[in-house]
Formats: sequence, structure tokens, C-alpha cells
Amino acid sequence: MATLRTRSAARLMMTPAVLTLFVWMIVPLAMTLYFSLLRYNLLMPGMEEWAGTLNYRYFLTDPAFGAALVNTLLLVGGVLLITIVGGTLLALLLDQPFFGQGIVRLLVIAPFFVMPTVSALVWKNMLMHPVYGIFAWIARLFGLQPVDWLANLPLFSVTMIVAWQWLPFATLILLTALQSLDEEQKEAAEMDGAGPISRFIYIVLPHLARAMTVVVLIETIFLLSVFAEILVTTNGGPGYESTNITYLVYAQALLQFDVGGASAGGIVAVILANIVAIFLIRLIGKNLEA
Amino acid sequence: MARAITTRRKVTFTIIGWLVGFVIFFPILWTILTSFKTEGEAIASPPHFLFFDWTLQSYFDVQSRSNYFKHVMNSVVISFGSTLIGLAIAIPAAWAMAFSPTKRTKDVLMWMLSTKMLPPVGVLVPIYLLFRDWGLLDTRLGLVIVLTMINLPIIVWMLYTYFKEIPGEILEASRMDGASLAKEIIYVLTPMAVPGIASTLLLNIILAWNEAFWTLNLSAANAAPLTAFIASYSSPEGLFWAKLSAASTLAIAPILILGWFSQRQLVRGLTFGAVK
Repeated sequence: MATLRTRSAARLMMTPAVLTLFVWMIVPLAMTLYFSLLRYNLLMPGMEEWAGTLNYRYFLTDPAFGAALVNTLLLVGGVLLITIVGGTLLALLLDQPFFGQGIVRLLVIAPFFVMPTVSALVWKNMLMHPVYGIFAWIARLFGLQPVDWLANLPLFSVTMIVAWQWLPFATLILLTALQSLDEEQKEAAEMDGAGPISRFIYIVLPHLARAMTVVVLIETIFLLSVFAEILVTTNGGPGYESTNITYLVYAQALLQFDVGGASAGGIVAVILANIVAIFLIRLIGKNLEA
Repeated sequence: MARAITTRRKVTFTIIGWLVGFVIFFPILWTILTSFKTEGEAIASPPHFLFFDWTLQSYFDVQSRSNYFKHVMNSVVISFGSTLIGLAIAIPAAWAMAFSPTKRTKDVLMWMLSTKMLPPVGVLVPIYLLFRDWGLLDTRLGLVIVLTMINLPIIVWMLYTYFKEIPGEILEASRMDGASLAKEIIYVLTPMAVPGIASTLLLNIILAWNEAFWTLNLSAANAAPLTAFIASYSSPEGLFWAKLSAASTLAIAPILILGWFSQRQLVRGLTFGAVK
């Protein structure tokens, strides 16, 4: 009897969270799906009409979509590469005992707490500015021609900024995983004559594999939606050179007021994110049982 | 002999470690230094690192020209408001899932996680239109609602992983002693749950403070939190680096300090308990 009461109490306690999240997810998503099938522009109110799959055909065959898809993949891939390799090296470094280790760790993780608009503007102006920026000063110091980063290498520059923000995340997670590695195992390998490189390849790396998978999956979810960094630095330009899918949908919706087209783009973005999400959910679900 | 080698090794790693730390932290350090310069000094080339006339002028300018304090308050209200409402909704749910799990609990948790993976652009258009029709665009209330919803899955998950670690036997014992559900929650569970709730609170304030998709799209002059306010410095004519730096330093300092305290919880919260 008591358990029955607890059980119904439990259900009651879960209701607000489940209900609000359900409404939050299903209502806007259903609306997006519905809008994506309409010809609907905010500049022409009252002219909505059924469009079938026209928006999708239009969005998917637009050269901007191809460019944005490639840019999204390059951005996500580039940041992942930098943060996984850099994060592993940093984690190995921070795992060594040295003077002021705790302070250095704080310095290394700091970029993660800087709001995206601040880090983007600081990099854009004070570091990457072709005349007054620090990079330009360093280039001149070596007698080189300063580079106009955001004009000539827009996607690369955005990748650098975003990688700087996410490097601490990878470092922190890989460091946490590294510290859970059994010391005896390493010592045993050392006694058997394994050098530092083979110890890293055969013991440390396999131990980090799971944490690396988690980093890749979680970062991918967030990186598919990079927005503020692009908005305040390049506005997606020049042309579509630094436009990703998220920015393209934003531009379609709030700059061109094309509700139908933007909704179709939104649905495409949802499908892309879901492909990654399926893997992540499985991984975490497995962890929940263990 | 062995000792000498370890000392040399330690010194080597100290030098490498501090150099790497300095390089990674440099953009933040540079922002802080620039905030104490005059506008002319800020764009000096070659740059002046420490030897310049330190001044607080930019901090005063930022406040007097743009009512900076209003945006600070917006950030505070939005991040604290959304976190507290989120906790109020999530604590009962996480409690129920941790202590009275059913066959479907895991599915519910997984489904909540999946809503977090929905890209924001997937729902940008309808949310924008609904907010426009309901008069929620550029209001604090609107942003509180959105940020509560987008962070709710993380709050539920974090609380769940913390509550899971509280031994169920203690609850059973108190139940045997005749404690009611309410008493059980107030006297037994709450004291043990406070550290977990505090960590969740901290991480969520950080996430909400730095959120920069919805705040940029749904706010303008009135409700703009610091993320959106600082974005207004991106206009080409806004090349005032000392002021940008002063506004940025104030915006990131509190959260940087909170973040340093919560590095452990960050790993746990952002990996949904997959890495502890």
C-alpha cells in the first residue's frame, strides 16, 4: 500500500518536468514541420499557401546550403581535431607534478567560462586585427606581412576561436579520465621495459578512448550550433565562406523573413543533429546500466 | 641521483606548463590589461604590455554611455531566474526517478537528454513568432522561460546522478521509523542532497550566463543580457577597444571565478554523468 502511494507520488513529482519539456519539444517542432510545408514570408502576411516539398527542394538545391554543409563539417571537424589532440597533450602535461600546477590548470580551463560574444570580439579585434592586433605585431616582429585573418581566412579564424573555447572542456574531461588510470598498471609496464611512447599507445590511449568518444559526441552536438562567434565576427561572409547551417537558417528566418524556407532548413538541421545524437544516447544509456 | 633527475624533470615541466598556461590565458589577460588603458593606448603599436598610464576611465565610460548596469541586472535576473525555476521543477522529478525508479525511468531520462540535442534552429522560427504574438520578445520573462527549458534536461540529469549516490537504505530506515514523505524529504534527503543541488545551481548559472543563441535572437535594447549587449560592439564603428575590454572584463569576471570553483561539477554535468 505504501509503495503504491509512493509510486503515485513519484509520478506526480515527475509530471511538471516531463510535461513542460514535452510541450517545449513537441509544439515548436510540429510548428516548424508545418511551416516548412508552407509558402510563408513575414513580408507578405496573409499570403500563406500550401507548398508541399517546395521549400525543401529549394533549400537543399540552394548553393548556399552546399557551402554551409561543407563549412559546418569543416568547422566541427577542425575544432574536434584541435581539441582532442591539444586536449590530450594538455591533460598529459597537467598530469605531471610541477610547481604551480593548480594555478596553471585554472589558466588553461579559463576560456571555457568566457561568453562566446566576448571571446569572438576579443579575438577579432585585439588579436586578429590586421593592423593593431597582436598577431599582426608578432608577424611584423619576424618581418612578415600581417594576415587579415577574418577577411582572408574566415572559416579558419572562426575555427581557431571556437577551438580556443572548447579546448578546456576536452582537457578537463581527458584529465579526469587520465587520473582514474591505475598507477600500478603503468608501473608494471615500465618494469617490463615499455618506453614512454609504447606506454602511451598501449595503456594510456585505450584508457582514454571512452572519454575521447564522450568529448567528440558532446562537442559535436554543441558545435553543430555555433552561432554567436560567426554573428559577431564575419556575419557568415565574405559570401558564404563562413556560413554554417545554423547561421544559414538564422539568416533565412530573421534577415529574409522566409518562414517556410527557414523551417525546412531547421528540419534539415534537426535530422543532421539526430544522426550524432543516436550514438551519444546509446553510449550514455549503456553507462546508466553499468 | 634519482632525486636529481626528478627535480630537473619537475623544473622542465614547470617551465613548459607555465608557458602553455600563459599562451592559452593570454587573450583573457590582454582583455583585462586593455580595460585599464586609454583608447589611444589600447591600439598602440608595438603594444604596451604593462608600462602605460593605468586608468579606470573605460569602466566609467561604459556605465555612463550605455547604462551597463541594466544589462548586468538582465543577466543576473535571467540566469538566476531560469536556474531557480529549473531547480524547482527538476528536484521533484529527479528525486522520484532516483528513489522510486520504474521500468520506464531510464527511457524518460534518455528522452529528456534527447531534447537537449535538438538544435535551436530547429525551433527558432515558431518560438520567435509565438514570442512576437505573445509580447515576449525582448522581455526578461521570455528569456527566463527559454533558458529554463533549454537547461532543464541538464539540471534533471545532474540532480539524478547526485541523488543516485544517496544510499536508499537510509530512506527505508526513516520510512520504517514512521517518517512521512514530507518529513523524509525535509529531514533526511535535503541535508544529503544540498551539495549536489549547489553544484547543479552553479553550473547552470554559468551556462545560462553565457548562453548566446536565444539571448541574441530574442532580445534587443530592453532585456539584452551581457552576451547580447557586448555583441553590439561588433559594429565597425564600435572600435573602442578599451571600452570593449572593460565591458568584457566585468562580464566574464564573476563567472570565471564561479567556474574555477566548479571544475569538477562541470565534467560531470556536461557529460551527463558519463565521466566522473
